Amino acid sequence: MRLHIRGGHLIDPANNVDRQADIYIADGKVVGIGNAPGPFTVDQTIDATGHWVCPGLVDVSAHLREPGQGHKATIASEAQAAVRGGITTLCQSPMTRPVLDSPAVAELIRQRAEATRMIRVVTLGALTQGLEGQQLAAMAALKEAGCVGVSNGWSPIANPLVLRRAMEYAATYDLTVFLHPEDAALRNGGCAHEGAVSVRLGLPGIPQAAETVAVARDIALVEQTGVRAHFCRLSTARAVQMVARAQFDGVPVTADVAVHQLHLTEMDIADFNSQCHVRPPLRSLRDLEGLRQGVLRGSVAAVCSDHQPHEQDAKLKPFSDTEPGISGLETLLPLTLRLVNDGILNLRDAIARLTSGPAQILGIDGGHLAVGARADVCIFDPDAAWVVDSNALTSRGRNTPFHGWELKGRVTHTVFDGRLVYEG
Amino acid sequence: MKRDNIQLNDQGRLRHFLTIEGLSRALLTEILDTAESLTSVTEQSVKKVPLLRGRIVVNLFFEASTRTRTTFELAAKRLSADVLNIHIAGSATSKGETLLDMLANLEAMHCDMFVVRHDRSGAAHFIARHVAPHVSVINAGDGSHAHPTQAMLDMFTIRRLKGDFYPLTVAIVGDIMHSRVARSQIHALTTLGVNEVRVIGPRTLIPRDIESLGVHPYYDMKSGLQDVDVVIMLRLQNERMSGAMLPSESEYYSRYGLTEEKLSLAKPDAIVMHPGPINRGVEIASSVADGPRSVILQQVTHGIAVRMAVMSMALGNPPLRQEGTP
Repeated sequence: MRLHIRGGHLIDPANNVDRQADIYIADGKVVGIGNAPGPFTVDQTIDATGHWVCPGLVDVSAHLREPGQGHKATIASEAQAAVRGGITTLCQSPMTRPVLDSPAVAELIRQRAEATRMIRVVTLGALTQGLEGQQLAAMAALKEAGCVGVSNGWSPIANPLVLRRAMEYAATYDLTVFLHPEDAALRNGGCAHEGAVSVRLGLPGIPQAAETVAVARDIALVEQTGVRAHFCRLSTARAVQMVARAQFDGVPVTADVAVHQLHLTEMDIADFNSQCHVRPPLRSLRDLEGLRQGVLRGSVAAVCSDHQPHEQDAKLKPFSDTEPGISGLETLLPLTLRLVNDGILNLRDAIARLTSGPAQILGIDGGHLAVGARADVCIFDPDAAWVVDSNALTSRGRNTPFHGWELKGRVTHTVFDGRLVYEG
Repeated sequence: MKRDNIQLNDQGRLRHFLTIEGLSRALLTEILDTAESLTSVTEQSVKKVPLLRGRIVVNLFFEASTRTRTTFELAAKRLSADVLNIHIAGSATSKGETLLDMLANLEAMHCDMFVVRHDRSGAAHFIARHVAPHVSVINAGDGSHAHPTQAMLDMFTIRRLKGDFYPLTVAIVGDIMHSRVARSQIHALTTLGVNEVRVIGPRTLIPRDIESLGVHPYYDMKSGLQDVDVVIMLRLQNERMSGAMLPSESEYYSRYGLTEEKLSLAKPDAIVMHPGPINRGVEIASSVADGPRSVILQQVTHGIAVRMAVMSMALGNPPLRQEGTP
């Protein structure tokens, strides 16, 4: 398959490209940028005139619900949603059922993803067996099975000694440890940010300290062990500062945020809106501004969807009984572009946080478009306005608090592995 | 996204009664006035008016309660409604039926009103958002969120004994953190325009952001009770001891228990209230609970008239002012 993407404006932050340039693709690889590599017969031409062309988006967190939760979604169903959102690489956490603590589960996910021929799914293996925080998982075997990192998911390891050992063991195999910074005791069964809104609604609150205590402890252990660590889904301004400080001090830590944290605050749950029940919780306006600062300065190197599709019933309960999470694949790009339109981020940085930043965190080849690179491409019309309609989402999960929002930026084409897999 | 006030219908009349927050002073006053006109019913020998004749009221209690359920039942019966009491053990619907399925079944039986108590904050809102258009929902307590009829009967009691709200300073003492009663009282008192609302307790029981509700926190009871007109004591749940929120009952009682000595710091004509059930010797001395300034039992009596008022208003049949006797 030989593709020619013609007339688009190429933004490739990793290679410092921001200009109009054609792209030539053959056999799943980029073979020419700007000019064709000598004589080039084209199978398919994509007219990208007036559109932006960037590397296929890399999402550091998407829960694809397979194996184990087919009633919510499957890899095949979510692949369709991903490419509609311009996403070509997704990272699945070990929170599958069964837990991704054996090579068999990793292999199953790899096969199912490959069968879609639309997306690449990379996996994080479990840090401890069953995510129980006791016995180390077989990390060496998991790495061999393709896991790009290890994580204990939403069950942060309470015992610092176990975490220290897990970090040391992960470092042995050059695995990045992905940490969800949340102190379970301080969380204390909470479901909303502890602040003015939770006080008013009488919802059990999660204090800021539940995150900062965990970040402080984890940074200390990263320094102690020398492991490479990544903080998943920061939600507080203070934690962003702590991570930035650690980075300044040379501690090998990175961080991401979920895109909804850059647009919503505790105020959005004010009428018990369960679509805004997320983990970590939506926090204060001050926190939102701190997270945006982190994204702007780069201490937060990735913005992700933290895609969590749910069946309708999961959200049809009193607030604290509902399952947290947002179906976010299809709104990741436009919500990030909204920060550009609002003058908070420049376009180049915004694209970097969706491509090269996450690729680097995951330690994978991708997220850039030089000659020889993987031919995963996202083409979008930055000016196309559309209104989010939860019922029109491709994802099987219709759970979005952005229903009714008018967003700008719509994906027109997605190329995966040198093939056109979506055309809007 | 701004939503309409789910509690009101198109004409701005009460449809559901879920929380005091967002209701106007005029509407709260209307509830109090309606309750006033209905008190004569509760005092006459034939204790019934036909305002809700032929209507079906379902008491849907997902959490144990004797007093609240009983007063709701009495209130509904005095309005001539048929009453169905459903108690669901635990918060989960026991046979795996979802909450919404259960509501749909009750609606199919043509019930007109659900009186809901649930241990989750927001449960009454959730139910109100999903019921059929002809059904009204009354919140009889949801988690730590709201207990609006309790707050209104407290306002009724205060108005009867004190007259105007404007000059009053009211202190609420105890576990503000977990109290739905306190939250509703705070909204009611600030909406009705009292001079000052104070909350008194140790920092483990007073949320840090409580001032955003327009109240002043006091951590020392003696300064907090200085010159108040109304003292509202809250029940201290036993589990607060185990959760490292307090060292012991005796220490709590010594600092925050209402004794005659501490009460002497309030105004000489201050009244003492408590939503019940009371823990004698934990948050309140027996001599105060049974003393001349205690209005605790009057609160219970007023609960019936206030609940009658809310139920009749929500079902669109508010009695005329002079219609106290049929």
